[in-house]
Amino acid sequence: MKYQYYPGCSLEGTALEYNISTQALMKAVDAELVEIDDWTCCGASAAEATSHLLSLALPARNLALAEKMDGLNDIMVPCSACYLNLKKVEQKIKKDADLLEKINDVLEEEKLNLHGKLRVRHLLDVVSNDIGPGKIKDLVKKPFTDLKIAPYYGCQCLRPYAVFDDPEDPRSMEPLIEAIGAKVYPWQMGGKCCGASHMNTTMEVGLELVHAILHSARGADAIVTVCPMCQMNLEAYQQKISKKYQEALSITILYLPQLLGLAIGLSEKDLRLDLNLAITKDFRKKLKEM
Amino acid sequence: MNQSAQKENNFAVVSDQLASIREMIQTCIQCGTCTGSCPNAFAMDSTPRRLWRMVMMGQKDAIFQSKTFALCSDCYYCTLRCPRGLPLTEAMDALKQIAAKENLKPYKKSVRFYKSFVESVRRHGRVREMEFMTLYFFSMKDPFLPLNFTLLGMKLMSKGKVSVQVPSKGKRRLEPLFRKVEELEDRP
Repeated sequence: MKYQYYPGCSLEGTALEYNISTQALMKAVDAELVEIDDWTCCGASAAEATSHLLSLALPARNLALAEKMDGLNDIMVPCSACYLNLKKVEQKIKKDADLLEKINDVLEEEKLNLHGKLRVRHLLDVVSNDIGPGKIKDLVKKPFTDLKIAPYYGCQCLRPYAVFDDPEDPRSMEPLIEAIGAKVYPWQMGGKCCGASHMNTTMEVGLELVHAILHSARGADAIVTVCPMCQMNLEAYQQKISKKYQEALSITILYLPQLLGLAIGLSEKDLRLDLNLAITKDFRKKLKEM
Repeated sequence: MNQSAQKENNFAVVSDQLASIREMIQTCIQCGTCTGSCPNAFAMDSTPRRLWRMVMMGQKDAIFQSKTFALCSDCYYCTLRCPRGLPLTEAMDALKQIAAKENLKPYKKSVRFYKSFVESVRRHGRVREMEFMTLYFFSMKDPFLPLNFTLLGMKLMSKGKVSVQVPSKGKRRLEPLFRKVEELEDRP
């Protein structure tokens, strides 16, 4: 298995541990990642809020760069916002030749050309369908039988493009959680919104949305995420929310590759658990006892 | 152009842009599935259903006094569920684009937030998270705003995930791409 790899800006900064743990997990399952040379920002949700064409041109530039690498048809993307932006271009140009022409008009400035040959795939898609729970299960060193894990998918890996999971009732993480011996914590919040950049612009609204998620996860040992924005919103404001809503809502938040990596015997150091903002004492104790 | 002529001109531009959004949602049947699906509806002054009605009726003033579209967090539930299959999230974004282009005052915070992000990308190719937040704080001219983020910023710095980044010019490697986008978008 070999993929082109688009890490995205967050994975070089606030989500560094997502980058490192993704690469560690992929190496452990013999999947090779080739980082797209000279990639640039996908525009996140900011470009779309300022210019429609820019929000397509920025991801298109990266797709065009990826097309120059022969023989690798799939691009793996761990960040859900990057994934959606790249996916959007992949999908839109299939149906709209005029748009493709307009995008290529922009890319011509950099002597790039987009054809639309490649498939954009989310990390969760690759891990659950290409690697699969069977392979993970074979590699498990310590079954996490005592852990209840709440899978959190967020929005943009599910919607609007229903590619690898049910956008109303996502389940793709469940077989993976079961593969490492842990239990899936039953809840309804897996596909709900974390508020995205509300935390920066209208914090009250962001806090309300994240509170609903953390509140529903009471009783789980950890929430697992597949997006740097979701991860940050769920892990960074726990104290503030606990205080505001008069409720103890501390809970461990891990990226999916970190959880799977731990179970297949990668070290906390390999997975950079030291970079996470919310790992509770109880969780650490349980990890040690297993 | 004097100020009032400029203003009138902007108003005409906004009308054109609104017309294209109306086209996106013109088969809306006002069923309210969007409102029922919206995680942010609780905080909005007008519900999404009502906003679409205002767009259909061309009620510019009402639309751009409402905070509704600025509260859209791009979760795509409404787009997924709309029984007419309308691109509602994209229509919300199109309203955000008007607010950004015209620098409309009620949306100062989110507009400056998005623009600071895009500016950092324009300068460096990849967004520099600390530079972008610094640009945002400067543009807001609110000395208390950064305080909300001090604790988190310090935590992230102590983990080495971000470092102090004084805004810099950068190599402006994406400048030709940005310029071309602007040129094409200004074309009638």
